[in-house]
Amino acid sequence: MRQERNNIFAEIDWILVFLFITLVGFGWINIYAASKTEENLQILDFSTKYGKQIIWITLSIPLIVLILFLNSKFYEYFSVVFYVISLFVLLLLFPLGKEINGAKSWFNFGAMSLQPSEFVKAFTALAVAKLLSERQYNLKLIKNQVKVFIIIFAPAFLITLQPDAGSALIYLAFFFVLNREGLSLSYTVFGTLFILIFILTIFFGYLSILLFLLTLITLAVFYAIYKGGKRFIRFSWYKVMAIYLITTLFTFGTNFTYNEVFKQHHRDRFEILLGLKTDTKNIGYNSHQSELTISSGGWSGKGFLKGDITKGDFVPEQHTDYIFSTVGEEWGFLGSSFVILLFMLLLYRIIYLAETHTNKFGRIYGYAVASILFFHVIINIGMVIGLLPTVGIPLPFFSYGGSSLWGFTILLFIFIRLDAHKNYDW
Amino acid sequence: MQRKFLLNFLITLVGIVFIGRLFYLQIGRGKNYDPIHNAAVKIEYDYPERGYVYDRNGKLLVANQLSYDVMVQPDQVKPLDTLEFCNLLKISKEVFIKRFKKARNYASYLPSVFLKQLAKEDFAFLQEKLHKYNGFFIQKRIIREYPINAAANVLGYIGEVNEILAKKNKYYQPGELIGRDGIERQYENYLRGNKGKKYLQRNNLNKITGSYLNGKYDTLPENGKDLTLTLDIDLQRYAQKLMSGKRGGIVAIEPSSGEILALVTAPTYNPNMLVGRKRSKNSTILFNDNISKPSYDRGLLAAYAPGSPFKLMNALVGLQENIIDEQTSFKCYGGYKYGNRKEEFMKCHCEIYGKPIKLKTAISKSCNTYFSNTYKRIIEKNNNASEGLDNWQKHVLSFGLGNYLGYDLPAGSPGLIPNGKYYDDRINYKWNGSTIISNAIGQGEILTTPIQLANFTAAIANKGYFYTPHILKKVDNKSIDLPNFTIAKQTSIDKKHFLPVIEAMHEVFKTGTGKWSQVKGIEICGKTGTSENFAKIEGQKIQLPDHSILVAFAPKENPKIALAIFVENGGYGSTIAAPITSLLIEKYLKGTISKAYKYREQHILNLSLQDIYDKLHQKPEEIASGTK
Repeated sequence: MRQERNNIFAEIDWILVFLFITLVGFGWINIYAASKTEENLQILDFSTKYGKQIIWITLSIPLIVLILFLNSKFYEYFSVVFYVISLFVLLLLFPLGKEINGAKSWFNFGAMSLQPSEFVKAFTALAVAKLLSERQYNLKLIKNQVKVFIIIFAPAFLITLQPDAGSALIYLAFFFVLNREGLSLSYTVFGTLFILIFILTIFFGYLSILLFLLTLITLAVFYAIYKGGKRFIRFSWYKVMAIYLITTLFTFGTNFTYNEVFKQHHRDRFEILLGLKTDTKNIGYNSHQSELTISSGGWSGKGFLKGDITKGDFVPEQHTDYIFSTVGEEWGFLGSSFVILLFMLLLYRIIYLAETHTNKFGRIYGYAVASILFFHVIINIGMVIGLLPTVGIPLPFFSYGGSSLWGFTILLFIFIRLDAHKNYDW
Repeated sequence: MQRKFLLNFLITLVGIVFIGRLFYLQIGRGKNYDPIHNAAVKIEYDYPERGYVYDRNGKLLVANQLSYDVMVQPDQVKPLDTLEFCNLLKISKEVFIKRFKKARNYASYLPSVFLKQLAKEDFAFLQEKLHKYNGFFIQKRIIREYPINAAANVLGYIGEVNEILAKKNKYYQPGELIGRDGIERQYENYLRGNKGKKYLQRNNLNKITGSYLNGKYDTLPENGKDLTLTLDIDLQRYAQKLMSGKRGGIVAIEPSSGEILALVTAPTYNPNMLVGRKRSKNSTILFNDNISKPSYDRGLLAAYAPGSPFKLMNALVGLQENIIDEQTSFKCYGGYKYGNRKEEFMKCHCEIYGKPIKLKTAISKSCNTYFSNTYKRIIEKNNNASEGLDNWQKHVLSFGLGNYLGYDLPAGSPGLIPNGKYYDDRINYKWNGSTIISNAIGQGEILTTPIQLANFTAAIANKGYFYTPHILKKVDNKSIDLPNFTIAKQTSIDKKHFLPVIEAMHEVFKTGTGKWSQVKGIEICGKTGTSENFAKIEGQKIQLPDHSILVAFAPKENPKIALAIFVENGGYGSTIAAPITSLLIEKYLKGTISKAYKYREQHILNLSLQDIYDKLHQKPEEIASGTK
């Protein structure tokens, strides 16, 4: 192993750092617009949201320096420790957590609160990277698949119990990592099919969908018999039966889950989005307002601090989950497309860099970072522009909040640190 | 396997979808972006004054007046002396509590109407006292006012826009005023003008913080347009007076233009009944009266059997189809035998027994036999009754009968002029002219409304063409120029055939059924009618007293007025409809009723058919109650 160069700043990927700074900076500008009131004019007024966010941003600088100056092997060696601590902290929430909006997701330290689930994502990513990068690890084996599923879903499960289903949903992002590392393609196919059937079942009712699917399968079977003749029947009859059975069970299961397991507010969110229900006052109020807010922006927006809907505080949670609607109103189509392009660039860059890693650990971790960020962006912006149901998770680097800012900073900068080191590692 | 491209591919896909969605939201939808959808914008409307309405001589028919509502904004109300306050408003404590609760349930922080339309004297008094009571204040509203009590059916009324309508028509907000009937409805867009909009900036606490974008989207109100109607309100009022105590309709038209001079329905009501505090009480009375139906415009809606005036139509068709000419004669033996059985005989009251009757006499004496012969020959001209009837119908429809006329009032009835198919569908044996012989004298299946018949008369007066009747003359003092009303419509009868018919109609008022209603110095041409009508009571067909009918125009040369009159259950056309006709014609052409005819006026004014109407409705009531 060669000697690592002393000057870490010459090795890190400045494009990522630049994208990070741009996103955080533009995010703060919008938090300022969304939370500014007539009375407080001081930018460093720490009683305001934008003042506090300044503190979080400032404090993230020593955090970044610390991450960059630690040896990159440190993250690999200690990944298991971090992961175990993470699970322990999540467990601690149940007796010690503070309930906000009906979920015990927070530790309260006097003036400030921390949301551990924002940090656990990064540590889970490290643990997954550690496991998958082991020499003898083969994802084709069921045993190994179970192992990695447990690592991924243990924190997700604890977070679901808080209950914070939105944050738990993010762990599905690891699917991209597993897919990249050779998880059987049938997972992808069936996963996609199941999601499709799930949506169609809600939309059309389970009986008609079941009938439709069974007809489709029967037609396919007839076609196969026509093509393959008796051989097909002899060799594949049990597969055919299994397909029938699974389809029927899944459709019924979907119906059961949707009606019995889901809460009414979940159902409402789905139904509003699928257009089965119109509601602009109660549950649909947020999405409706945020859509209108974005619509009012036009080409280039109303200008910084000139968004009258933002100023009028019509979009609830606008500085956190709905921050993107501020961008839409004040910066218009150009500004909001710019933000989306920034995120796309960030993701492309991370994936590009991850693929250049010769070290499996770095590549897998990089993939996990990209996947997690990607999921956040889809769910958050998808919700704000009215394409996806309401799920309360933050927009990375953009939304107000110390935990999420630091969580994403740690997530990204560990990768930047690993990336800076890759040339010396073979 | 290109697994590493999946994520890149999805990122690109999602990016494109998101930017596409933003484009749709911000550019696609944004183009038509109305600040009304912006929650941060509050709209205040600036209502223009509704247009006035005048009659053809410039007399004011509809104006506006101020009305005062007591408003309440519940969250600003402080404890008050309820008793004193109730005395002030002249309401009971229960009413006070009920209304206050209603206002609070609606919205505590918004004003709502507490007491509608104060009397003017109450307003002056209240205005001084009301400042003591926080949260209560007086709001001005503009409501309609009718200086002349007439033509309620033509003018219509305005009412509040309900939620359903507001959803359908984006111009209106619930609670705003809209024309509900008559010209208020027909010409709503002229009368209402356009409200102005002021966009105001507000925050989520509903506090107004200033004008939105410096008034970039604001619009100024556009005043409602004043309308001049074709009505002659003096004639209208006089006709209404003559019709008091009777039921029926009168329509008078100026043949040379199609302008409606009078459109009367009886009974009617005072248009001021639907304005002000008693409005809801009065509207219940008016709209729930199913017996005399004051809100039903008989002039436009009531489809009656036209009776004898329809003989004019058959005469014209007979002449046009060369079935008859002026010299054709038929003999009448007290009626017309149209079948072999004894009851297949139509009686006739012409009282010219066994002598040849020509067209002129046939019309002036209203001979049923003559027209039965003519009609049968028209229908059976080509030995195919169905085709013959179709051909006959073609002529009749060309006079605007049997269909909506296309006039500019929001009510109408098509009436009925049957064709061959109509009977083919209903009669399951081979029918001929005799089968439908009642149509010859305007009975049978034929139905017409007074305005259709008036228009028919105008077409005769014009010798073959008519202008679609209309009520609108000018908009903001500018004459209308609508092709539908200013281009003449030709009938299918040649001009020359009208001359003998008009001569005969002239004879009606000289020597015929209308001779007792002559007016010296005015050459009236007309045709009386007496139409049989039936009611079904408990499944039994019962004959009711005949309707009295008349169509006429005057003067004979260069006609100025054509009219049709129906008086329900009035008996012979010559006894009620004829004197009313001559009075109206004299009034319109001379301005006053000459002394010589004052007795006629007095007679009609004093004549009430209420006894007959009461009897009509007694019978079913007795049946319903069972014990009387």
